[in-house]
Amino acid sequence: MAEFNVVNHELVPQHEILPEAEGKKVMDKFKLDQKQLPYLLIHDPVATSIGAKPGQIVKITRESPTAGTVVTYRLIAVMAESETEE
Amino acid sequence: MVNISKKIASVEFDLLSPKEIRDMSAVKVITPDTYDEDGFPIENGLMDPRLGVIDPGLVCKTCGKKVPECPGHFGHIDLAMPVVHVGYVKVLRNMLRSTCRKCGRILLSKAQVDHFEKRMATLIKEGKNIKPLITNIVKTASQADVCPHCGEHSGKIDIDKPTTFRYDDHKLTQADVREWLEKVPAMDLKYFNFDENIRPEWMILTVLPVPPVTTRPSITLPTGERSEDDLTHKLVDIIRLNQRLQENRDAGAPQLIVEDLWELLQYHITTYFDNQTAGIPPARHRSGRALKTLAQRLKGKEGRFRSNLSGKRVNFSARTVVSPDPNISMTEVGVPVEIARELTVPVKVTAQNIEWAKEMVKRGPEPIPPHGVFYQAGVNYVIRSDSRRLRVTDKSKNEVAERVEPGFTIERQLEEGDVVLFNRQPSLHRMSMMAHTIRIMPGKTFRINLVVCPPYNADFDGDEMNMHVLQSEEARAEAHTIMKTQEHILSPRFGGPVIGAIHDHITGGFIFTHGDYSFDKAETLFILSRIGYTGELPEPKGKGGRWTGKQIFSTILPKDLNLEFKSEICEKCDKCTKEHCANDAYVVIKDGEVLSGTIDEKAIGAFKGVILDRIVKDYGNDMARQFLDDATRLCIGAITLRGFTTSISDEDIPDEAKAQIRKLLDDAVDNVNKYVEAYNKGELEQMPGRSLEETLEINIMRVLGRSRDGAGKIAGKYLGIDNSAVMMAKSGARGSMLNLSQMAGCIGQQAIRGERIHRGYQNRTLPHFKKGDVGAEAKGFVKSCYKSGLTATEYFFHSAGGREGLVDTAVRTSRSGYMQRRLINALADLKVDEDRTVKDTAGTVIQFAYGDDSVDPTKSERGKAINIEAAIKEILGKAKVEELVEMQKKEEDVDLMRSIQDDISTEDVEKEEIEVEEE
Repeated sequence: MAEFNVVNHELVPQHEILPEAEGKKVMDKFKLDQKQLPYLLIHDPVATSIGAKPGQIVKITRESPTAGTVVTYRLIAVMAESETEE
Repeated sequence: MVNISKKIASVEFDLLSPKEIRDMSAVKVITPDTYDEDGFPIENGLMDPRLGVIDPGLVCKTCGKKVPECPGHFGHIDLAMPVVHVGYVKVLRNMLRSTCRKCGRILLSKAQVDHFEKRMATLIKEGKNIKPLITNIVKTASQADVCPHCGEHSGKIDIDKPTTFRYDDHKLTQADVREWLEKVPAMDLKYFNFDENIRPEWMILTVLPVPPVTTRPSITLPTGERSEDDLTHKLVDIIRLNQRLQENRDAGAPQLIVEDLWELLQYHITTYFDNQTAGIPPARHRSGRALKTLAQRLKGKEGRFRSNLSGKRVNFSARTVVSPDPNISMTEVGVPVEIARELTVPVKVTAQNIEWAKEMVKRGPEPIPPHGVFYQAGVNYVIRSDSRRLRVTDKSKNEVAERVEPGFTIERQLEEGDVVLFNRQPSLHRMSMMAHTIRIMPGKTFRINLVVCPPYNADFDGDEMNMHVLQSEEARAEAHTIMKTQEHILSPRFGGPVIGAIHDHITGGFIFTHGDYSFDKAETLFILSRIGYTGELPEPKGKGGRWTGKQIFSTILPKDLNLEFKSEICEKCDKCTKEHCANDAYVVIKDGEVLSGTIDEKAIGAFKGVILDRIVKDYGNDMARQFLDDATRLCIGAITLRGFTTSISDEDIPDEAKAQIRKLLDDAVDNVNKYVEAYNKGELEQMPGRSLEETLEINIMRVLGRSRDGAGKIAGKYLGIDNSAVMMAKSGARGSMLNLSQMAGCIGQQAIRGERIHRGYQNRTLPHFKKGDVGAEAKGFVKSCYKSGLTATEYFFHSAGGREGLVDTAVRTSRSGYMQRRLINALADLKVDEDRTVKDTAGTVIQFAYGDDSVDPTKSERGKAINIEAAIKEILGKAKVEELVEMQKKEEDVDLMRSIQDDISTEDVEKEEIEVEEE
């Protein structure tokens, strides 16, 4: 039986793991450090499905009613926000 | 920039240890008195000067500072016997129940300890609340009969009254409890959510902190008598009792007496913390008033939290009823003289304005204005360089004026043109608080222009509004540039105008410009004089040398405005004849001249006004303000000349119409009966996906709905556009055609939860009908109109339907209000950064581009960054008649526009661009 994969669902936007260099470029473009990026938990079904690892940046391309398609970025995080801080 | 912001990692709540209390204490208080006969504070008394200062000018003996700087210092009272702190009674009970009396260990077996230990570790790791686990631990431990550590029997702990504990029915004294708690080892404290460094016996007081005098200031009555704060009174009682207890105990008094005194001391300390403790009578003043002690200061609506921290009162503000005035500008607010005289603006006296300042002070607080002037600002206070205030009175004004010198500040009364903030609650959006310039007026109400009613959501049925006077140049400048009403004509919510004409202004515009309504010279001059028109009177365009309304209205439009749109009165015909519209509903404005169409809600109304929208976006806010002010004055002028009224006779329809409606409704009822018959015979054709009953209901509802609309149409045919009520409904000023058709034609089916009215007993809604009747009348169809009145049964059904409406609105407003509040609180601190990303206060990105497309709704064309079609039309349309050189210039403009679009670079825009190139 074929395993259900969230990524194939029509409501799940396209997720793509960025190579490290690309990720760095994004952070430079917006002048951000890692803490400032929105998180995608490692336990997130999509994150597990695409095999993301902590610290990687995921590029999400989704449809938007105002702008056609929109690109956002998310940092793969291990735990909830309150605990990733020292 | 150096990032110096720090985050609060955690907050801890501790118990004060006796040592800490003594360490922070400046005085050991032993004397129960406050002042001696000469009025000096007694050493080691409750008003000891080392506890802080409350009299201005005196120096604090502890810190050496004066009144505003000295924060006050704690003292302490050494209690002769330990006393329970009421606030911790619950915690004490839990601890006594779940620890061993003999060894002090928690009453949990090894297995239980291991289990709870593990649970606690996971909860902490997951960052979850451990409170529920603590309750669970206490519950388990208190069920033990025998101590698993030493085998001692574990008795039953009960609480007597508020603060007495009993162990297996014999009393535990406060000292017993303290002894017990001393035995509880630090390693067991975590099961009570206690830090290891805190000792539970600190919940039994041996030392009582005495709050600084600044927290319990005494007041001197006008008679010279001193009146002490309630807390001081209570502290006096405590010290007195403490002394007696000590003396009795030291003198070896009988146990019974000592115990009584001990009990009394406990009572006083309990009421000192909370005078509303259940089970004991509150401590009272001699007058019988209950004392306001510590808990009472914090608790409830009048407590520190709700009244002083969550809600604050503000100076330099005024509140009164609002009433309308169409003759003042929308940026103005009419202020009563009484308010203007009370509120002030501080002005610094300098070498440049000293003459003016002296002149102002000489006027005093109530100047008599020169003849012909309505109001003149005076001065209420003068503040000297050493920040002492001098009250200016009629008697002292000349003397004070002489003493004014540079460096002083005078508190000048409000003057015409001062910028103030104006607000109406509930403040749901930023337009609920806008800056206005003031106009001093007779009367006792604030006067506002009607066009600002929609943003404030104000009407004049008794609404009150608040005004705040700005006190600094910076505040005034900021208010002036970003808070003035004209800066808020466009709503950030949908990019359209929220400020605009309402009600009579729209009716006025309609009368003014519908068809070729015209005015003679005197009328034209009357209307134009209202806007202070100074230009040449245009050539009359109407018949017989009269001026048309369209022509007069055009005088306030910008001379290069080009616009085409459909009016509110548009009937939405299948084929639009544009400027040849029979209803005069197609507005064409060319070069600032209204060529056809009617100016109504669609043109100048709040939320809809197309002309308004165009003017704000193309000519700026100030132009729009001028336009709105002029438009309201013109419309009011026109409606004043013609006169306008409405009454119930506006809904009169001829008898033939009534007969037609009656026939239509009778037919509908017959039709319903036919359906019912068909249903009863089983001949009704079932609709797909519906039961037979549902099919019947749907058909009946449809027939009756159509008949209501039909009745409305018949009534509407006889109510022409020259009818006042129709005029208001069609132009969008007030009311709808449905309202009118319900008044003149038929009210229609009453519904509860979208269905006809079924409720009732024994298969019928009312005993007036046969059981099982599903006909029109029996299920809430109202044939009558409001004008003719309803029959008794109709009235009943109408009330039922009306009640549902009321309940719905009541429930909806409260629920949607709370939803909106939560949304606002969640989004309140987000802001758009320089690079158009949306970030929260911690700098975390919420959105990489504001609204995904970085478009500000107030600067957009219906949500899009640019309206390509309109822009091209404008450019090409002009190019036809202009020189080749001009055309080239425009092409450059197109290039420029493209580069702007590239900047925005949304795929949608790019697609459109390609299409334009093909053309």
